[in-house]
Amino acid sequence: MTADPMIPMPFRVVRQRHELRNVVTLTLEPEAGGRFSFQPGQFNMLYHFGMGEVPISVSGDPAKRRLRHTIRSVGAVTHALTRLRKGDGVGVRGPFGAPWPLAEAEGRDVVLAAGGLGMAPLRPVLYAVMARRERYGRVTLYYGARSPADILYRKQLERWGKRRGIDVRITVDKATPAWRGHVGVVTRLMSREHFAAGNTIAMLCGPEVMMRFSAQTLNRLGVSDGRIYLSMERNMQCGIGLCGHCQLGPTFICRDGPVYRLDEVLPLMKVRGL
Amino acid sequence: MTVDRLMIEAVAAHPLFRDLPAAEQRAIAECTGETVFEDGAMLMRQGDQAEHFYLILYGMVALELHVPGRAPLVVETLGKDEVVGWSWLVPPYDAQFDARAVGMVRVLAIDAACLREKMARDHTLGFVFYQRFLPVIADRLHAARVQLMDIYSHPADYAEAPSAGKKRGKGKR
Ligand SMILES: Cc1cc2nc3c(=O)[nH]c(=O)nc-3n(C[C@H](O)[C@H](O)[C@H](O)COP(=O)(O)OP(=O)(O)OC[C@H]3O[C@@H](n4cnc5c(N)ncnc54)[C@H](O)[C@@H]3O)c2cc1C
Ligand code: FES
Repeated sequence: MTADPMIPMPFRVVRQRHELRNVVTLTLEPEAGGRFSFQPGQFNMLYHFGMGEVPISVSGDPAKRRLRHTIRSVGAVTHALTRLRKGDGVGVRGPFGAPWPLAEAEGRDVVLAAGGLGMAPLRPVLYAVMARRERYGRVTLYYGARSPADILYRKQLERWGKRRGIDVRITVDKATPAWRGHVGVVTRLMSREHFAAGNTIAMLCGPEVMMRFSAQTLNRLGVSDGRIYLSMERNMQCGIGLCGHCQLGPTFICRDGPVYRLDEVLPLMKVRGL
Repeated sequence: MTVDRLMIEAVAAHPLFRDLPAAEQRAIAECTGETVFEDGAMLMRQGDQAEHFYLILYGMVALELHVPGRAPLVVETLGKDEVVGWSWLVPPYDAQFDARAVGMVRVLAIDAACLREKMARDHTLGFVFYQRFLPVIADRLHAARVQLMDIYSHPADYAEAPSAGKKRGKGKR
């Protein structure tokens, strides 16, 4: 954490990896040396010198020294960040926000449901769970993407599914002729057989509409709102609970979220019908 | 009619029929056989009479739509315990999709004409059948609609291209 949370720490890009169309992962190192500690689910404010600052979740391994962010180019700042190259500088403020409930998940089955780029903030959970696999029950990842070309970290997830004690289930909306996996929305993958509903913690990340349908399906399969967590997004500016830009009802997402328990945010979500 | 005890057990073990009275389970078993499809084999073809419907015991089945001049479009895949096909319930009983095995698939194959005849004679059986089938159909219809909503997309995919002005602090995905 920065001494003054409003002042970005200088970092340098040590690697830029193209993930998908318009999506890159930056690996960053502090100019001053040392390691960057964070908890899965937290985010940083990334400052592109000259362009601006945006909140981006940490997508790397919490046990590693280097910092990783997976960024999708959607506008001016994210576009500039995705164009950074090895050796370029970037400012980092953070880590901020409430993490995923990994301690609470110990001794239970764990269900992760990701949609699209929502896989990025959940990847640190997988790293953390794999590092202490014996502490958790069955671990299932349900991941929905638009098409096979939109599956983030595909090779890595397939590898983890084969060898690391994680049940990885991926589905796409639109298949290509070469695709031999599931086709259909992510909720169609969910089944009572994969977890003990009464002893499960679920973590959802993706667009709100996707989280809404996932939560409804998990409810139907017996997982209560109090055991479902999700990561919320809104506009941000200060990142530390001062400016009010990220207000969600009586809470500030940057300070009280982005990870919330479903029963805490249910009435505040934008999506009708939850 | 004689019926294999193992088949009655297989029908009784399926989530769709688990809580049915034994007489109904037996009646369904009388129309049921177990079949294996090799990778790529067709369970049914679009436009053909739906002579069977299937309950998947193992493996994955892809439902494909054919549009002339294009590669087949997989609209959905189905897995363990799911039902393949309900055209057999709706006259003129023509299959609406191709259903193709993805890898080896083991199924309970239910003879549609046999079951329709039993349902026509025994309205209790007919009622419990529709009672179980309708939620499955509603569920799949709902899923198909959600699939159309493109729920993983970024709002920016549907917005105007953003301008590249300078700014500090905002954030949405
Ligand atoms: C806690 C948190 C974690 C995040 N983690 C990540 C991450 O790991 N990776 C990542 O790529 N992004 C992440 N984001 C989103 C990221 O912060 C935004 O994409 C970024 O702020 C966009 O800034 P920009 O200047 O590039 O685009 P902008 O100019 O701000 O927006 C680009 C275009 O997108 C449209 N748009 C953007 N968001 C919305 C929205 N919510 N509703 C409607 N239209 C919208 C705008 O209309 C605009 O045209 C996160 C956001 C939060 C709050
Ligand atoms: S971003 Fe300023 S209060 Fe949350």
